[in-house]
Amino acid sequence: MKNCEYQQIDPRALSVLPSSAQNHTEKKAQRPRRKWEVFPGKNRFFCDGRIILARQNGVLPLTLSLIIVTCGLFFAFDCPFLVKHLTVFIPVIGGVLFVFVVLSLLRTSFTDPGILPRATPDEAADVEKQIDTSGSSTYRPPPRTKEILINQQVVKLKYCFTCKTFRPPRTSHCSLCDNCVERFDHHCPWVGNCVGKRNYRFFYSFIISLSFLTSFIFGCVITHITLRTQAGKTIVQAIQESPASVVELVVCFFSIWSILGLSGFHTYLVASNLTTNEDIKGSWSSKRGAEDSGNPYTYNSIITNCCATLCGPMPPSLIDRRGFLPHDEAIPAVSASEIELPPFTAKNDAHMEENCQDISLSCTA
Amino acid sequence: MQGLVPAATDGNMATEFHNLQELRHSASLANKVFIQRDYSEGTTCRFQTKFPSELESRIERTLFEDTVKTLNNYYAEAEKIGGQSYLEGCLACATAYLIFLCMETRYEKVLKKIAKYIQEQNEKIYAPRGLLITDPIERGMRVIEISIYEDRGSSGSSSGSSSVSGSTAR
Repeated sequence: MKNCEYQQIDPRALSVLPSSAQNHTEKKAQRPRRKWEVFPGKNRFFCDGRIILARQNGVLPLTLSLIIVTCGLFFAFDCPFLVKHLTVFIPVIGGVLFVFVVLSLLRTSFTDPGILPRATPDEAADVEKQIDTSGSSTYRPPPRTKEILINQQVVKLKYCFTCKTFRPPRTSHCSLCDNCVERFDHHCPWVGNCVGKRNYRFFYSFIISLSFLTSFIFGCVITHITLRTQAGKTIVQAIQESPASVVELVVCFFSIWSILGLSGFHTYLVASNLTTNEDIKGSWSSKRGAEDSGNPYTYNSIITNCCATLCGPMPPSLIDRRGFLPHDEAIPAVSASEIELPPFTAKNDAHMEENCQDISLSCTA
Repeated sequence: MQGLVPAATDGNMATEFHNLQELRHSASLANKVFIQRDYSEGTTCRFQTKFPSELESRIERTLFEDTVKTLNNYYAEAEKIGGQSYLEGCLACATAYLIFLCMETRYEKVLKKIAKYIQEQNEKIYAPRGLLITDPIERGMRVIEISIYEDRGSSGSSSGSSSVSGSTAR
């Protein structure tokens, strides 16, 4: 599966595979293996497949530590002063926002973004068969695109050579994770995961709540320093009394620009039912030719677009990380052309008996 | 043409289910047909209802189309954007999405219904004709995979069900 070169699949070898695999099932692994252990993409799994992460975390630890440290300093140094002089709701609101931000961030990072499992060999062979109708002995790779009509508009579907299937519309292959992701938005290094169909709403909640949190902390810190200077001290004295506030100010000041900008951009994307990928490539922009090339996925109403993107039904994960590998797929890494017979292990007599029985059955068939 | 088992009666249901499990072991896989997705209405899950030519001799067109149309209806119900899905979405957002850890989403409920429906269709209609539908969720919702099995013909004691039907068919 790591081989990126195109290989033609021999359908004749496929029908041999199930029966021989039954005879010589992998007996070395005493326990049944879960599907995440043989997952072909570049992902990492924790908690026995419950948590999925991209292989390169990017700067997720940095994001988490920035948020936790800044909030920690806020609660430790600014809140006591503000509670005394203003209201007790300040740390309450701050706490709620902080919890929401961290939960959204973790949810975005650890959720499967909508990864499409790769095509089974049978499926890939079928796709090839449908395209290569000339029947020539020298094969050529399938054409790269297929055109379909979506809402009376022509959309090109591209063929993915890694996943060996035509990508559904709005799906894109992430090279960092080596997976096709549905409704691919972008690969976010801050979050350490792709943002796609299944975790876009978590990502959106994360950036919106983070904008509120940074603005809130920024406002509170400014208020704090202002209140101190109003009590008759200079700004320098106020800062000396509460140095942590400067750290928070700096962090918030630089984050606010980028986070608010990102929130605004994504609000625009949500309202027009676009993805970052489509927007950057200009797939549906009106610059392209005279033909009507509007976005075929939009509902032409801002509210409906927002509701569909953020409050739509939660699609299931397609990769079934925790499912067990069935017996006849116990050797997934073996290519179709070479089927090796693993030697019988003398470890378990019961299994050997089973093997012998299987062989006798198939011989009499 | 050899079918695997005679048409289902009540008494045969248990045997038939048993036969379904043995289907993959007793009969040999001849071919697989893939029903692709239909994207004409957008990215919602729909499958093409075009009748594949490989199935022409195996099953009636109407039965096949009914199955696919029912599946399409189930998927449309799962992905419907309406009052209930908004409620679910807003409630989830209000609880910081923690509610997904304990509650089963509407989509998952419909997927269970689909799995039951497919199993029922396999038992009643497809297995007697030597066919087997694989649930699309196992193929990443890209295709409906229909496996076409050929009976191995009369053979010793290896596969009870197929040999019985093989002899009766002759």
